[in-house]
Amino acid sequence: MIAQALQDLWYGFGVAFEPHNLLWCFVGVFVGNMVGVLPGMGVLATISILLPLTFAMKPVAAILMLAGIFYGSQYGGAICSILLNLPCHPPHAVTCLDGFPMTMKGRGGAALGITMLGSFIGASFGITEMIFLAPVLVEVALKFGPAEICSLMLLGLLAGSTLARGSPLKGIAMTILGLLIGIVGSDIQTGMPRFNFGMLQLADGIEIVALALGLFGIAEFMNSVNQLAKVDTQYSNVRLRDLRPTKQELKEAAPAIVRGTLVGALCALIPGTGPTIASFVAYATEKKISKNPETFGTGNIKGVACPETATHSSVQGDFIPTMSLGIPGDSVMALLLGALIIQGIVPGPSLISEHPDIFWGLIASFWIGNIILVLLNVPLIGIWVKLLMIPYRYLYPSAMFFVCIGVYSANNDLFQVGETLFIGVFGYVLLRLGFHPAPILLGFVLGPRFEENFRRAMLLSRGDLTTFVERPISAVFVGLCVILLSAQIYVYFRGRKKITKAEENVRHQAQDPVPGVPGE
Amino acid sequence: MSVKLSKGKSLTRPSAFKRDYYAGALMMFLGAGAAIEGKGYGIGTLTRMGPGFFPVALGIILIFIGILIAGSAYASSEPDKESFLPAKPEWFAWACIVASPIFFIALGEYAGLLPATFACVFVAALGDRETTVKQAAILAAGISTSGILLFSYVLKIPFPIVRGLWL
Repeated sequence: MIAQALQDLWYGFGVAFEPHNLLWCFVGVFVGNMVGVLPGMGVLATISILLPLTFAMKPVAAILMLAGIFYGSQYGGAICSILLNLPCHPPHAVTCLDGFPMTMKGRGGAALGITMLGSFIGASFGITEMIFLAPVLVEVALKFGPAEICSLMLLGLLAGSTLARGSPLKGIAMTILGLLIGIVGSDIQTGMPRFNFGMLQLADGIEIVALALGLFGIAEFMNSVNQLAKVDTQYSNVRLRDLRPTKQELKEAAPAIVRGTLVGALCALIPGTGPTIASFVAYATEKKISKNPETFGTGNIKGVACPETATHSSVQGDFIPTMSLGIPGDSVMALLLGALIIQGIVPGPSLISEHPDIFWGLIASFWIGNIILVLLNVPLIGIWVKLLMIPYRYLYPSAMFFVCIGVYSANNDLFQVGETLFIGVFGYVLLRLGFHPAPILLGFVLGPRFEENFRRAMLLSRGDLTTFVERPISAVFVGLCVILLSAQIYVYFRGRKKITKAEENVRHQAQDPVPGVPGE
Repeated sequence: MSVKLSKGKSLTRPSAFKRDYYAGALMMFLGAGAAIEGKGYGIGTLTRMGPGFFPVALGIILIFIGILIAGSAYASSEPDKESFLPAKPEWFAWACIVASPIFFIALGEYAGLLPATFACVFVAALGDRETTVKQAAILAAGISTSGILLFSYVLKIPFPIVRGLWL
């Protein structure tokens, strides 16, 4: 098995080293890193804005470039959160806790250096995990019938929506909204137009670019305009030689990197637990086992190394269900999968055997891309620091243009620019109501396939819903869904009890701030 | 989040009407809309589902979740942390951001990519309180030039740079 995997990997390197694939991988990492560094541009916004650039490419080059954009922007986001205390992407929220204090102490460069090292090690482990696990998973998945696929998707949707940020109930609401948005267009079996509101342009459904750019572009701009405080760049003067951590720092960070890698790799295996949860779990673990937990939050290098490593390790692992089962774990993966669908590639267990060049090329390019990332960031760190100083008031109008032209170029249709605007305004309303719109994308991408498989399963079982619990594999997935839901309900009721208790405490001793709580 | 309570700040002015009431109502409304519209497509039977089955099912679930969202807000004694409108509503900035793609569409349809780009960036930039008209114009000119170079000459998207009556 190992020999087979190595042989496939060798083939993958052959694909990834083809000159034009290598070029696009490089371009992806470079542009992703550049846009990701800009304050206020998160990973989702970066990928959505750059997604239209890949439409004209061949599928392999396109997916390599998108993956490059993805980890490039993720690393860019880390720079932004360590040097400016500005987390643009949720997994980086915990990195700020210790990263920014390090910057204030003048060790921001070292934090970046450790992040670079940690993310490379974490990613390498995640890639190895993917090489060995994905083919195994595929072998199992090929035996799945529509009922199994359906309950697996249900599990993915539930996990993705309840374990993400914010209230689980609202997460589920957003996923269902995404499923509904996915219905817009013509019914696959009868060709009947659904939810098109009498508009012919909606006959093919809503374009994923329009959805993503509306939710993560326009809605985000409306949320941040005039709201972002002036970024404090007085500490962020990092030069090349600052990147090298001291021996002491390396010694402290090394075990944290190992632990982060393991936490991330584990989180990747549990469906729905993406990089955000991995980084939070990693930080909490590191603090718990530390001999002096009080140093966390004041610039402890472990507090940077562990969560960042875990993020990158779990991100690579997240590609496993996405590529082998066609079921994305979070909205970033949903976006990448959407890009594959645009290229005319059907995601699912047959992807690896039908398009080995995409799968193995992608895996090989992860390594190449991560090496490019390190090589790029060492000489260019000075330029990135300069980019950090671009004020948001120049950024968002320029991004607005990229949103408009990007949506237009998807189909050469101005109607879709209007569609994006509508979705954006609606997305902002949702944001203000306390919804996090990211799970919409998950529902949207999975929706059509979920419906198709559900219908097929019902047809095969002659309308008998018990088929989902009678078939053993499917029953396991349904069982997991039930466990997940009951856990959420349990946490909800326990949490409410805690809140009432906390409230009583407050009433008793009104002006006693809890020490050690990081200020929000 | 619950820790925030212990600071005693949010206890001072408990708002009677919570955002989650709106949130739940919006979900109920969307769910009902989907269910009613979907019913018209034909539900069919469980064995032979019509095009309307899935929308109706999802709509009904969404209504229930809306009720749960509003209900749990009603049951919780925790006051709302934020109101629907932010503390300082940015009406002008929002109008600018909404107007920007509208200008892009209108000018793109009748005048071409160059004027559309300029107007799109210019209008959006005016939304920021600190940006002056001159700065917005310079930014718009810069983005127009580089945008045209990138999209028209490098990526060659089919969008005439200038079109309209005067050509």
